[in-house]
Amino acid sequence: MKFLYAAFGITWAVHIVYLVILTRGFNKLRDDIKDLERE
Amino acid sequence: MKSKFAIFALLTFVLLSWGLYQALVGAPTEATMGQVQRIFYYHVPNAWVMELCFPLNFLASIIYLVNRKAAIDAFAVATAEVGVVFCTVVLLTGPIWARPVWGIWWTWDARLTSTLVLWLIYVGYLMLRKLSTGGPNPVLAASFAIFGCIDAVFVFMAIRWFRTQHPKPVFAGGADSGIDPRMMHAFLINLLAFTCYGALLVWIRYSLERTRQKVDEAHAMKSLLHQEARSSR
Repeated sequence: MKFLYAAFGITWAVHIVYLVILTRGFNKLRDDIKDLERE
Repeated sequence: MKSKFAIFALLTFVLLSWGLYQALVGAPTEATMGQVQRIFYYHVPNAWVMELCFPLNFLASIIYLVNRKAAIDAFAVATAEVGVVFCTVVLLTGPIWARPVWGIWWTWDARLTSTLVLWLIYVGYLMLRKLSTGGPNPVLAASFAIFGCIDAVFVFMAIRWFRTQHPKPVFAGGADSGIDPRMMHAFLINLLAFTCYGALLVWIRYSLERTRQKVDEAHAMKSLLHQEARSSR
């Protein structure tokens, strides 16, 4: 069972890390847009 | 648009939850491999989405080389990046499944090696896009992606063309292929769930890339205006 849970856990770990990277990308762009509007 | 996205995201979440339940509880335990065979319900759908993303990237790259539209380039980046994420999952879940079944984590057979090469090609593609800046970058990347797709076809066909440690095709692989209908049910739910999830990720990544392109354009316009103002003084 440990191999099964490891595989499922790693799958979701990879997908969640990617979702976090995407969210950070959006946050960075939002800051850029705010800077542009200020200038 | 936002409500469509929310509905699609919710649907994907429901499908993934149902898929997880089916994979762990709903599907019967396989007679030879036991519980570890349930990795199949995650490994194969992730490989399927990977094999969808790279040909889409290939198509987008070809179209981009013809019409040079930024939106097509954004779609190419999105499909390549999401494809790499799913390929990473395939390369990690495969060895975890292989260890208890084959007794080894890895072997250099045609399917496994070509999948690793595919991952390296598309990581190279993304690094090329990330690290180099300037005009011909998307054109170079698009040309690079065409070679990547050739390997994606090779990955798919490797178990049909060569004798490999990796099992022969479970579906459409001749008279001995096929699975129990209850296993098929769990598999199809996960296939649909991960396809929806892949589409959702491409949607998000595409929106991100389009916004980034517009911000870059605004930055370029701003520096042009600064230059003009300075030269008119």
